[in-house]
Amino acid sequence: MKKIFTYFFLILISLYILVPLYVLLATTFKPLQEIGISDMWKLPKDWSLSGFIKAFQKLGPNLKNSFYLTIPATIISAFIGSINGYVFSKVKFKYANLIFAIILFGMFIPYQSILFPLIRFLQSIKLYGTISGLILVHVVYGIPITTLIFRNYYSEVPNELVEASYMDGAGFFKTYTKVLFPISIPAFVVVIIWQFTNIWNEFLFAVTVTSSPDKQPVTVALVNLAGSQVVEWNVQMAGALLTALPTLVVYVLLGKYFIRGLLAGSVKG
Amino acid sequence: MRKKNLVIGISVVAPSIIAIAIFVYGFITWTLRVSFSNWNSFSALLRGEYKFVGLRNYIRLFQDTRFQTDLWNTLFFTLFFLFGTIALGIIMAILVDKGLKGSRLFQNLFLFPMAISFVVTGTVWSWIFAPGNLPNNPQGLNLLFQKLGLDNLMWGWYTSTDSLGHFNLALIPVIIAAVWQLSGYTMAMYLAGLRGIPNDIIEAAKVDGASEWKIFWRVKMPLLTPITLSALIILGHISLKIFDLVFAMTGSGPNFVTDVPAIYMFELTFRSNRYAMGSAIAIIMLLFVAIVIVPYLFSSMRGEKR
Repeated sequence: MKKIFTYFFLILISLYILVPLYVLLATTFKPLQEIGISDMWKLPKDWSLSGFIKAFQKLGPNLKNSFYLTIPATIISAFIGSINGYVFSKVKFKYANLIFAIILFGMFIPYQSILFPLIRFLQSIKLYGTISGLILVHVVYGIPITTLIFRNYYSEVPNELVEASYMDGAGFFKTYTKVLFPISIPAFVVVIIWQFTNIWNEFLFAVTVTSSPDKQPVTVALVNLAGSQVVEWNVQMAGALLTALPTLVVYVLLGKYFIRGLLAGSVKG
Repeated sequence: MRKKNLVIGISVVAPSIIAIAIFVYGFITWTLRVSFSNWNSFSALLRGEYKFVGLRNYIRLFQDTRFQTDLWNTLFFTLFFLFGTIALGIIMAILVDKGLKGSRLFQNLFLFPMAISFVVTGTVWSWIFAPGNLPNNPQGLNLLFQKLGLDNLMWGWYTSTDSLGHFNLALIPVIIAAVWQLSGYTMAMYLAGLRGIPNDIIEAAKVDGASEWKIFWRVKMPLLTPITLSALIILGHISLKIFDLVFAMTGSGPNFVTDVPAIYMFELTFRSNRYAMGSAIAIIMLLFVAIVIVPYLFSSMRGEKR
């Protein structure tokens, strides 16, 4: 009896979670003749890829921009986080915790509070409106979270291991490459997934730092696509699906690590 | 050796510290400075003469009915959003934690919205809640209600200008979408907490004859208080700076019924070149977030030392 209750509520909540997914898929694969508003809740009679193809033609270049942005930004910030995490967990220096807290605050601020100066700055160094500019932005504002994840990860590594390496005459960098880096794979996976998802999904920087449509990441292009009245619903929904797909695939394949990044974001030391 | 490593270590993190010093604290100071200026047109910016006007932009904002609406919207959005995500998150966690067959599948399903962009969420929900032309040509959920014969449930959703006191009802669909996206996150936090509770505590309570219900409220929930607190703070600060979801889903809406400070800031700064006013909103948003986050950060750093 209790079991039935549990399943009943599990399924009830699942319906809420699945409604947007249903609408998204049902609309995406409807042919043009079927996207009249009155058929919205029905499954397509004829499954069609025409909306999907049209969305891909419109968003293809922006998807490419998003990859050009997300991949380098993710990799660079993972390495920065790793080396920072090493220092903040294994090198004891004065005020380290205070400095770390001051850095961490950077991941909570509303980015509106740095946006105008940031854009003036990017204009002055000629990176405004470019993908490289966006990469720089995401690398810098990714420092707090990536440092946090690696710092917590390396804190679990016994100090003796690092000390022993120093005793053996290995220097600072050699200890990193020989002792810490080889056991860092799980932390790298967490950070890479986390940064990939966040940068891919990000909108505020994307819409303010890029101006010309051919430089815009896919999130901005999707909003513009949905904002135009002339675009058919199946194309808009297909666009939404395309935008969501890369991070969804990552979630399905590596969800376990995604959750770890998620929980790391709530600090808890 | 130790001293050498110290020097190397500090010089390795120095670039990051400097970058944060400039990009976070330097830029905040710069924004603060702009918010005290008369840079409310493109030509003023081009001339570049800085004229200090004190709190004039802030005073203007608080007298501005649109900004007042934004503050009320933020308040009600935050209250209902926090209540919704925490309540649903706890329920999800309890149900999944029972460990029935397929629990894992439900857990993964509940969490998947977190992997998706707010922009996608907004786009899809905006179609679901699009009211259509009432009463004859309903759309989205209204259409479903009509087909089920529940015509009196049809209403304007996010286009409605109705309100209860200062609570704009048009915010309801936005809250539903936001809860949809973030309740799985809350679930994950509670699940991690529930799984961290030592089994012998639960067993001891069982031996004492406590019911499952009692164990949950009297034993587990008190142990989960720190998690509830973290969830409130993390979700609360997300809600104070919410932008993408509202921007993609409804924009500011008729009479600004779904407007939030972040959207007003965006429009002032990037659409009407009123940089000083936009900066003032940004600083107010920062203050709100700082009030929530700074104590949290320091308490968790101190907790770590112990």
